Amino acid sequence: MKRIKTLTGKKTYSNTMCKGGCGECQTSCQSACKTSCTVGNQTCENEK
Amino acid sequence: MIHQYKNNGFNIVMDVCSGAIHVVDDVTYDVVALFEKKDLEEIKAELDYPDTEIEEAYGEIRELKQEGLLFTEDIYEDYITEVKSRKTVVKALCLHIAHDCNLACRYCFAEEGEYQGQRGLMSAEVGRAALDFLVENSGNRRNLEVDFFGGEPTMNFEVVKEIVRYGRSLEEKHDKHFRFTLTTNGLLVNDEIIGFANKEMDNVVMSIDGRREVHDYMRPTRNGKPSYDLILPKFKKFADSRNQQKYYVRGTFTNRNLDFASDVIHLADEGFEQISMEPVVGEADEPYAIQEKDLPRVFAEYDRLAREMIKRRKEGRPFHFFHFMIDLTGGPCVAKRLSGCGSGTEYMAVTPWGDLYPCHQFVGEEEFKLGDVFTGIKRTDICDRFRSCNVYTKEKCRDCFARFYCSGGCPANSYKFQGRIDDSYDLSCEMERKRVECAIMLQAALAE
Repeated sequence: MKRIKTLTGKKTYSNTMCKGGCGECQTSCQSACKTSCTVGNQTCENEK
Repeated sequence: MIHQYKNNGFNIVMDVCSGAIHVVDDVTYDVVALFEKKDLEEIKAELDYPDTEIEEAYGEIRELKQEGLLFTEDIYEDYITEVKSRKTVVKALCLHIAHDCNLACRYCFAEEGEYQGQRGLMSAEVGRAALDFLVENSGNRRNLEVDFFGGEPTMNFEVVKEIVRYGRSLEEKHDKHFRFTLTTNGLLVNDEIIGFANKEMDNVVMSIDGRREVHDYMRPTRNGKPSYDLILPKFKKFADSRNQQKYYVRGTFTNRNLDFASDVIHLADEGFEQISMEPVVGEADEPYAIQEKDLPRVFAEYDRLAREMIKRRKEGRPFHFFHFMIDLTGGPCVAKRLSGCGSGTEYMAVTPWGDLYPCHQFVGEEEFKLGDVFTGIKRTDICDRFRSCNVYTKEKCRDCFARFYCSGGCPANSYKFQGRIDDSYDLSCEMERKRVECAIMLQAALAE
């Protein structure tokens, strides 16, 4: 495309519904916040 | 749902419900804003660009819409309801190793470690029972997280070592793997603690607020002495000994240092590469509280910090800032993104006496006591209230573009400011939205 650069590729959230929700990932609050909730920066244990 | 914004020379279009992020030129940015409201001829009449450019932008937008990367709908409510109805297991415990502290931080939610109660140290017996409780309640979940928290856990470090030893002894038998985290203010850190932590701790969180004068004002010792010079050399040694990985230096900023980007940059200048800096959570009448009027300044600081990070990355001396870390091509599944933080269900805090609470921030709120590690959870009704929390049960989240990044925010903050766990702390939401915008802009800059 000439005018649009997509940073996220073709993968969308809906692609993750099938195998999602396994719960093996880190708890949201367990790393470095403890006073807020951030999940966008966490990694999926299933993709490792 | 579309969220579009301009930041640092980038035109960014977020397709909120698919997660797609696009960087677009000026023509496309303006056409996107009109695309769902007007047809092509109306858009051409309204915008002051050559028709050929508008037609080109319109075509590209239409193509992305057909691919499911623009103007997608939120299709996840039923899915999240189903995910939340699944049986949950406990996968993380925050162990309050010491309800005591050798600092007297002015903003401490733990009230110098005492959490509205009495001082006390966790015994090895309670610690072992906590791990037994975790293993028994973790189902098939293999990776279990245990955070040594306080107060100050190094004030009771022999018990930390015993709990780790006991945890390791359980792993093979139960097919579990413990990931331990130590959170410390640094005062008692020594070579023995560093050596033990580097062998056993997956993560270490080192509390430091940034510049000396900022840190020393908010984090004095119990007898009122400054602590910065006591801890900085230890933290530098600690971080280097971990090869600058698997740790965070973590600070808190207040209304006394709204120029907090300078504190993050100061920590980077001191050689730290993994940095977190959290806005203080305090009632509006607290002297250090961040107020609504402070938000423009806070936002400007996040922008300044993001620009500095881009500059340093180009210079070959990058550092990570926890709230700007984002993986645009991976990251967690949509269930994780929308189902809440897990407090009260997957994650619980344990007091020195073995009492269970939904998270560390609820410790001391007696009406939230869930049970104890010896006899298990008694108040399943409280767990059910926490389990039901997700972005679809919070009215303010439904139209928020950041909901896939914060999972609906922090229930403890909601309770503190609104008196209920399923609302939100509005100032925190404003700051979270700004951080998401900056984090995405950073990715756009790095993709150039």
